[in-house]
Formats: sequence, structure tokens, C-alpha cells
Amino acid sequence: MDLDRQSELNALRPDLLRFARLQLRDAGAAEDAVQETLLAALTGSHRFESRSSYKTWLISILRNKIIDTIRSQSREVSASSLADDEAGDDLLDDTLFNRRGHWTDAAAPGRWADPEASFEQQQFWKVFEACLDHLPAKTARVFMMREFLGFETDEICKEAGISTSNCWVVLHRARLGLRTCLETNWFAGAGT
Amino acid sequence: MLSCQQATELMSQEQDRPLRLAERLGLRLHVLICSACSNYRRQMNVLRAACRRFGSGGTP
Repeated sequence: MDLDRQSELNALRPDLLRFARLQLRDAGAAEDAVQETLLAALTGSHRFESRSSYKTWLISILRNKIIDTIRSQSREVSASSLADDEAGDDLLDDTLFNRRGHWTDAAAPGRWADPEASFEQQQFWKVFEACLDHLPAKTARVFMMREFLGFETDEICKEAGISTSNCWVVLHRARLGLRTCLETNWFAGAGT
Repeated sequence: MLSCQQATELMSQEQDRPLRLAERLGLRLHVLICSACSNYRRQMNVLRAACRRFGSGGTP
């Protein structure tokens, strides 16, 4: 069976656009990346058995377009704009850790029940996206370069114009913020 | 002895670089006696798995 390409593309377009917007945080650039992906997809001659395999293929094209965009906007994530993100970080630290650097009672991480089962639920991914969107913009961008686009930290530092140790701090902030958001908005309710 | 805050920094960095021996030992000791950080470490792995899945378009 060959999919009706045009109607599948129309159905998947919002997913692609959300994926690009999350990472580029720029509606115009996201739109461009998706357009280029759709063009490439329409001229491709692969055959697909299902919508999910088609979506996986489209996302892999889109990922490359996003990487191209990021590389062409060199130094977009400047050290100074990362500093803007940091004001909120101290606030987060104060809620999570006490003065001796130990978890406060309310913030101590709990056990996440059966994450694999959560991965099968569309609602989980809505929360996941919302939590990504909730991260400070530049922090999120560095995190997604690392985790979605597979950049090594060295290359992220270079693209972002920050030091390696600063890069680790930013990634730590992103992970801390994201797991806290997921625990509060998903696992605390879904678990036990 | 590491604080939880320091331990979380190392648990993030172990996703990005090989930790030095002293860091590994300090972290191992800490998570042995700290269940919150032990949970946190598992959550770092869940986060990475979720990102792999999301980043490759494998979400339902």
C-alpha cells in the first residue's frame, strides 16, 4: 500500500511545525524548515507502509533542516542572552534546595512509575512539549541541540559561543527544570 | 561528601562526558545513601529516552 502522500502530509504538518517551533523558537524560521521538508518529501520516492514510518522519515528530514538553520544563524545563542535566562534559575534553586544544598522536602524527586507506559500516551507528550516550551528560550535551544539533534557539547559551545563548563551548566539547568516540570505535571499524578 | 545540588550537577554531566574517577566514586556513595538523588539519576535516563523518542518522531 502506498499512502496518499498529500493528505498524510497535511495531517502531519502541524506535528512538524510544532517540532520545528519548539527548537527554533522563531515562527518564520520554523515555517521555512517545514516547507523545505515538505518539498523534499514530495520529490522523494520512498514507499511507506504506515503513517508512523512516514512521520519518522519526515522528522529525520526536518531535523537536518533545523540543524542547517542553526548552523547558519551562527552565534545566535550568545553568552549574554544566556545570562538573561539565569535570573529565573536562582529562583528555581531556592525552591528545590535548602541552604546546605539538600533537596527541600517538597522538592525531593520521587519514583516515576512505569515511564514506558507514559511514552505510549499522547497526553504525556503534550505535557512534555509544554514543559520544553516552559524552559527559558536559550536554555531550551542548547538542550534540544544536544538531545534532539545529537550535537556534541563541543559543537554546541562553538555554535552558542559559550565555554564548555558554561555549556554543562546550561544543560544541567535544562534537565533540572524539565524533570521538575514533568514530575509536577505528570508523574506526581500518574504514579502510585 | 557531595550535597544533593552538586550530585545533580554530576548526574547531568555524566550524560555529556565521562566523569573522573573521584567524581564517579563520590556520586556512587551519594546515591547509595540518598534515595531522592537515586530517583533523580533514573529520571535523567528517562529524560534521555523520552528525548530520543521525541526527536526521532516516534511519539504516538
